[in-house]
Amino acid sequence: MSFWKKFGLKKSPWVFHVNTGACNNCDIEIVDCLTPRFDVERFGVKLVGSPRHADALLVTGGVTAQALPRLQEVYRQAAKPCVVFAIGACACDSGIFMPGYHMAGPVDKVIKEIDPNAIIAYVPGCPPKPEAMISGIVTALKAL
Amino acid sequence: MKISLKKPVLAIGPLHPLQEEMEFFQLTVDGEIVTDIDVRIGYNHRGIEKISETLQFDQVPYLISRICGICSASHPLAFVQAVEELAGITPPDRARYVRTIINELERIHSHVLWVGLAGHFIGYDTVFMWAWKYREPILDILEKITGNRNNYGNVKVGGCREDIDDSIIGEMLKELDKIEKKMNMLTKAVLDDPILQARLKGVGILTKQDAIRYAVTGPTARGSGVDIDVRRDDPYAAYGELDWKVITQPEGDVFAKAVVRLLELFESIKIVRQALKKLPGGPIAVEVKQIPAGEATGHTEAPRGETFHYVRSDGGNRPVRHKVRAPSYVNVPSFKASCIGTNISDVTITLAAVDPCYSCTERLAVIGGSKVTYDGKELLRLSRGKTEQLKKQLGFKEGFKFE
Ligand code: SF4
Repeated sequence: MSFWKKFGLKKSPWVFHVNTGACNNCDIEIVDCLTPRFDVERFGVKLVGSPRHADALLVTGGVTAQALPRLQEVYRQAAKPCVVFAIGACACDSGIFMPGYHMAGPVDKVIKEIDPNAIIAYVPGCPPKPEAMISGIVTALKAL
Repeated sequence: MKISLKKPVLAIGPLHPLQEEMEFFQLTVDGEIVTDIDVRIGYNHRGIEKISETLQFDQVPYLISRICGICSASHPLAFVQAVEELAGITPPDRARYVRTIINELERIHSHVLWVGLAGHFIGYDTVFMWAWKYREPILDILEKITGNRNNYGNVKVGGCREDIDDSIIGEMLKELDKIEKKMNMLTKAVLDDPILQARLKGVGILTKQDAIRYAVTGPTARGSGVDIDVRRDDPYAAYGELDWKVITQPEGDVFAKAVVRLLELFESIKIVRQALKKLPGGPIAVEVKQIPAGEATGHTEAPRGETFHYVRSDGGNRPVRHKVRAPSYVNVPSFKASCIGTNISDVTITLAAVDPCYSCTERLAVIGGSKVTYDGKELLRLSRGKTEQLKKQLGFKEGFKFE
């Protein structure tokens, strides 16, 4: 990745939130990061309304069969380079819903189907605490 | 649904930027007026009932607390009550009180969350930020008791997993006082605000007949004047032994639902306080040997309404059938009654979902040269003045009454 691309990705990352069949808990914890106690907006992390504006996708949930084509479409639309964060045990490995008949596999499998070189970072926990999410995002961006 | 050019269809979803979950609303519109609404669900189907049949009775509560992260105390409690009824187990007194406390704390955090999101949907982000700020201490208490901010996993068949340590009760009571003060302020700020009244009153009305016809539950029903509440009608846990009342509002509009939720906060705080003071001693769980064959049901009042669980056992260590009916499942179809005939912009709040046309409240800082003309205090004064002016213009009477 060129220096400028990396620079653009790492500074003030804008994120888009995709729920692919989560229990809502990871999602409210993501929103929690934006509210006064954690307030990540002061570091330039902003929740945006379109994947085309996003530097990172925050994916929660274990990807149900219905969500699979939609997640892939969102990933296709996201501006590259883009980091995919699998937030929560569900997104990392389908978690407790792994045996479900309607689960189409964890996030990394689904994304790698269309882009084998995708950058995927994992934040485990059920749900991960907001601190864990923030630390996960910072660690991943540092490692780029 | 037929789609033609004469009847344009407006789609909200499945992945809409402001929606947390995947849902799909199709609005058929005539100009600005909604003539039909179609809701499609199933994007979030994970096959929980089937997975539940592969787990042991002790493991199922962990699974079903993940049905919905926000109702993660009510669902397991309904399931556990069903199994306890099946096996003829009475949980110890202390367990009943601990369950009550956790369920009510959950209701408080859920209602506050809703108030914040509702504010966000109509573009009033101040309410959103406030509400979510005041929600944090509640999550801290829950974390202290159960070890997790959400997904408590605290109930099990026969009692509770974690006890409330007697040493933290005083601290919790103090924290509750603080929370009550903040809630009081938030409630007054929301219900007295002339802008919110003008925006929410008379919007998305669900009449009492419709509420009964669609069999809605929870605050949605109580906001339409239907006086139902499982906690009072079929007391479980310790609700029967505590003093509290059911809040209803007759109007049925969005504002009434907000009033119901906000006033319920105070009832919940009252319940938690009483339960903490009365907390009996003794064990928090009884030993469970075997679940006999048979079937049973359990229901609890989740923050959004009645949740209902049916369990059948064949005498083994797993349920052979587990059926869940969550409150939103009956509340969602009522959109047909409340949305049709209203304006598009009103539909979005009525769905308490999104309002993509409203940007967040604007901020203003006029800077002349290097001198700041308006600072924080000045802006506050201007904003209060404007509110007063609006109050006068719209002819609002002074103050909304609380007890
Ligand atoms: S990881 Fe846990 S909290 Fe997050 S969506 Fe999955 S079940 Fe819910």
